[in-house]
Amino acid sequence: MQAFTQHTGIVAPLDRPNVDTDAIIPKQYLKSIKRSGFGPNAFDDWRYLTPGEPGMDHSQRTKNPDFVLNQPPFDRATILLARENFGCGSSREHAVWALTDFGFRVVIAPSFADIFFNNSFKTGLLPIVLDEKIVDELFRAVQAKPGLELTVDLEAQVVRLPDGRELGFEVDAFRRHCLLNGLDDIGLTLQHADDIRAYEARRRVQAPWLFANA
Amino acid sequence: MAGKTLYEKIWDAHVVREEPDGTALLYIDRHLVHEVTSPQAFEGLRLAGRTPWRTGAMLAVPDHNVPTTGRASGIADPVSREQVETLDRNCTEFKVVEFRMNDIRQGIVHVIGPEEGFTLPGTTIVCGDSHTSTHGAFGALAFGIGTSEVEHVMATQTLIQKKSRTLQIRVDGKVGPGVTAKDIVLAIIGKIGTAGGTGYAIEFAGEAIRELSVEGRMTVCNMAIEAGARAGMVAVDEKTIEYFRDRPFAPKGELFEQAATAWRELVSDPDAVFDKVVTLDAREIVPQVTWGTSPEMVAPVTASVPDPAAEADTVKAGGMQKALAYMGIEAGQKIEDIRIDKVFIGSCTNSRIEDLRDAAAVIRGRKVAPNVKLAMVVPGSGLVKKQAEDEGLDRVFTEAGFEWREPGCSMCLAMNADRLEPGERCASTSNRNFEGRQGQGGRTHLVSPAMAAAAALAGHFVDVRHF
Ligand code: SF4
Repeated sequence: MQAFTQHTGIVAPLDRPNVDTDAIIPKQYLKSIKRSGFGPNAFDDWRYLTPGEPGMDHSQRTKNPDFVLNQPPFDRATILLARENFGCGSSREHAVWALTDFGFRVVIAPSFADIFFNNSFKTGLLPIVLDEKIVDELFRAVQAKPGLELTVDLEAQVVRLPDGRELGFEVDAFRRHCLLNGLDDIGLTLQHADDIRAYEARRRVQAPWLFANA
Repeated sequence: MAGKTLYEKIWDAHVVREEPDGTALLYIDRHLVHEVTSPQAFEGLRLAGRTPWRTGAMLAVPDHNVPTTGRASGIADPVSREQVETLDRNCTEFKVVEFRMNDIRQGIVHVIGPEEGFTLPGTTIVCGDSHTSTHGAFGALAFGIGTSEVEHVMATQTLIQKKSRTLQIRVDGKVGPGVTAKDIVLAIIGKIGTAGGTGYAIEFAGEAIRELSVEGRMTVCNMAIEAGARAGMVAVDEKTIEYFRDRPFAPKGELFEQAATAWRELVSDPDAVFDKVVTLDAREIVPQVTWGTSPEMVAPVTASVPDPAAEADTVKAGGMQKALAYMGIEAGQKIEDIRIDKVFIGSCTNSRIEDLRDAAAVIRGRKVAPNVKLAMVVPGSGLVKKQAEDEGLDRVFTEAGFEWREPGCSMCLAMNADRLEPGERCASTSNRNFEGRQGQGGRTHLVSPAMAAAAALAGHFVDVRHF
């Protein structure tokens, strides 16, 4: 996993609540058996005026000029500012892969759907929850000054505004540790393989039916 | 000390180890696998030189991409075919039991888990699919995971998790005739919103839930994710236990009785404390129809489409406006006046035998309205399909003008050839009405199987109670 310590980048405002994973990466692209290459199809239905299918040359499709990520400077944004319940819908990690492949390293929203939130950490995308009022303020700031850059400091757990103001955010100690060091969960868990085996041995005795036919 | 909730009981029984900050390593009993979210996980195992920890805890099935017609000639779309064949290859290589596309046991992953008795009470169940919450209907802790976690479970049989808060949703009293599990859960989502359950594990309780069949409880738990919760669950009772007698993967004989004794403990203690409790009165629930592009945009069939101008929250009002524009309907329009182009009866929400019986009871001897271009039934599994055919339900549907298809996800998410064309409007028994969910530009209204059946016959939404 890509480590995350500090990041500075342009903020793109996506001003609608309940942005779902079908919108972030439409299902036709889930047929891929790879982890990469989803960037050109992030927000596909909103980004292009013509329907897309896997295997197309997406640079040849007509872009929707009204969609924020098609407008400079937001087409170079690396921080996404969103509304409540971002990432709701399916468990597809492809949604996170599409955002990181597009270039995003951070999503800021008042709330996230649980599975999306969880998936983000696995690919080094940092989801930051900020109070609804502060998110509102950020939306206004970006609208007033398109191209506004924020600095996200995971070590210090703050988002820094250009005027030096700092907005603190919460992040789980374990997740922060993994993200700062780019650690692979599976490797960490397998250090406890003996504990897992011991648990399994107990479980076999307590609930033998779970091991009978499967 | 206060008693434990059902969630806490199952959680505590599965903790392998716990860190000081409450992060736990949770043992996973059952892992369901399908073709869309597993290829990158199998690839990850291979690249790291790892093998699955316990293949006996895994069951795989292709469902999202499979065609619902002409299966004998294989999958026409080369990209879909590649993904299904990749699952076949991975399962062969890693020795995972798989029900392949032409196996009669093939079906939607959340239908076949319980049907086979692979899903069992008191277990932790995961799948790379958010509707894994469905299995919670049997007193299990079941939730969806992303592909990195799929790989983690394959490699370690565990997941790194933090305990959720607990939310009890109690539906008191009995629902009236014509009101189904789907209407109950849509009414719940209408009340608490799509983020209402975020961070919680929901336990559905109350007389109306106890009265439901286990299939009905699956419908309710299925949509816990649409209420924002990763997991939904219902306490075990005798209906739950009887359901598992003689299922292929379930214990038999002496072992079954031993299991059943343990399963009877899978209820929240009377003095258990939930972090939050929400109550609904079942008698007030009427058949529901979604009008927008989020499951919380739902109204009783007897009502009209709400007006964004009356919404005080400006972000919400903006969302409503966008939804109305996308759906091509007007504020104030009567729900019953919304005309439809297609009907889809299927998905892991409503494709089990009793859903098909419900729909068939409405349809029997009648005809699909002329303005409905396509009405289709997609059974949840090959075994559901066979049972329906044994009961003659397929003929009830086909004689009315419905198409009778092969099992799979189909037009629930339109990854296969079944989809809406831009602007088409569909009465659907699935669980998501997001923009483009059933095909780019398609418009989805979520309803119960009986309501979808009635809409098919009328050509627009109607109150199935007076139909
Ligand atoms: S039927 Fe629909 S919701 Fe259920 S697993 Fe398939 S695609 Fe997902």
